[in-house]
Amino acid sequence: MSSGDVLASQQAIIDIQSLRKSFGTNEVLKGIDLQVARGEVIAIIGKSGSGKSTLLRCINGLEEFQSGSLTVNGKPLLYGNASAMRQLRQQVGMIFQSFNLFPHLSVGKNIMLAPSLVKKKDAKSAEVHARQLLERVGLSEKFDAHADQLSGGQQQRVAIARALAMEPAVLLCDEITSALDPELVGEVLRVVEALAVEGMTLLMVTHEMSFARKVSDRVIFMHQGRVHEMGPATEVFASPQTPELKQFLSSLHD
Amino acid sequence: MVDFTLWDIFRNLLLAGRWTVALSLIAFVGGGLVGLLLLVLRLSKLPGAQRFVAGYVQLFQGIPLLVQLFLAYYGLGLFGINTSPWVAAALGLTLYASAFLTEIWRGCVEAIPRGQWEASSSLAMSFTEQLRHIIWPQAQRIAIAPTVGFLVQVIKGTALASVIGFMELTKVGKSISNATFNPFLVFSCVALMYFCLCYPVSLYAKSLERRLNVQR
Repeated sequence: MSSGDVLASQQAIIDIQSLRKSFGTNEVLKGIDLQVARGEVIAIIGKSGSGKSTLLRCINGLEEFQSGSLTVNGKPLLYGNASAMRQLRQQVGMIFQSFNLFPHLSVGKNIMLAPSLVKKKDAKSAEVHARQLLERVGLSEKFDAHADQLSGGQQQRVAIARALAMEPAVLLCDEITSALDPELVGEVLRVVEALAVEGMTLLMVTHEMSFARKVSDRVIFMHQGRVHEMGPATEVFASPQTPELKQFLSSLHD
Repeated sequence: MVDFTLWDIFRNLLLAGRWTVALSLIAFVGGGLVGLLLLVLRLSKLPGAQRFVAGYVQLFQGIPLLVQLFLAYYGLGLFGINTSPWVAAALGLTLYASAFLTEIWRGCVEAIPRGQWEASSSLAMSFTEQLRHIIWPQAQRIAIAPTVGFLVQVIKGTALASVIGFMELTKVGKSISNATFNPFLVFSCVALMYFCLCYPVSLYAKSLERRLNVQR
């Protein structure tokens, strides 16, 4: 490792070194090295099955990898160690394609539950924070509503508020607009864009290429379990270097 | 020879019915507690736990309850433990109920979408917090109807405790019919009593099911 790399990995909020992950005999991540700087916005693109969602899910330990190392904000990912996992997961928020709100709880309780349990926040300050977050995602009047009374776009914005309530250092977005009706995509992307502008570190797996181009600092193209091409958004989209990325980008225009 | 009026028969059966109810409750509550423990063990992903619980369930589901009761009664005696029919019946029925309840509840937990586990995990909640605040409240709603339904099976299952000499409804019915030489009348009364115990429970299970389905 050169001195430049050492410096980079010290500053990196996410540091992934030669990460390998298999499902049974099928290796889906074949040695990933990735350093993400604080405040960086990264879009991960690629065909389905390229390993992009799996990579994202490795970062907060939803998927277990077989070799390599991963640290977030200096906290290593150790599967056997429940308190280390709890430490790490407080650093990493995640938004899912299918929202995954807790259907038995009101919107407000969805947001307040984890901070009160994990961070031992008292009820009053948890509620104040939850109301602030709801206002931030444009749903301040929905505090007492139930998840099934909300549209998909509203549910996803609540899910974003819920993740932010834990005050994570990094936010992972796993195809967060893929389950939404087209007319609801914009309202969710606007919230994400605002987060990016505010300096949140974001990693998003997305199929919204124009959004990726507009918001992200760096685009990662994954192909067959490897980082195939990586660079600033403008470069990656304007002048793809590899035939695989060229083919992928042109297939989107068909 | 003793003369039995219909009221005598009923009175004796009613008295014995208390023991049927008591045994059912013990088996149901005991089986529920053990079943819950097994379920948490199974969900905990501790090494070997899943296999152990699966084996436990297979074992008790694969042996007739009657044989289990014999084993509990005579088996405990082999270990030098002085068993009364009470203890043996309570033990046998508890083990039986725990195996079925843990399996019923496992199905209910598995009906909760995986996304609920994943979302709560990524919010840094611990396993017990997930169970307590996310999984349990949702699984409970699905579980109520089949659980109450299973209570009917337990009540009827207690009849088998008569063969190890436990003086519950069926056993007392048999004694009375031996004395009256009118088994059909006596067992008709016994049947009526079981029905009066089980039918309200079934009705309750049905109404719970309806109510919980409407809430969705």
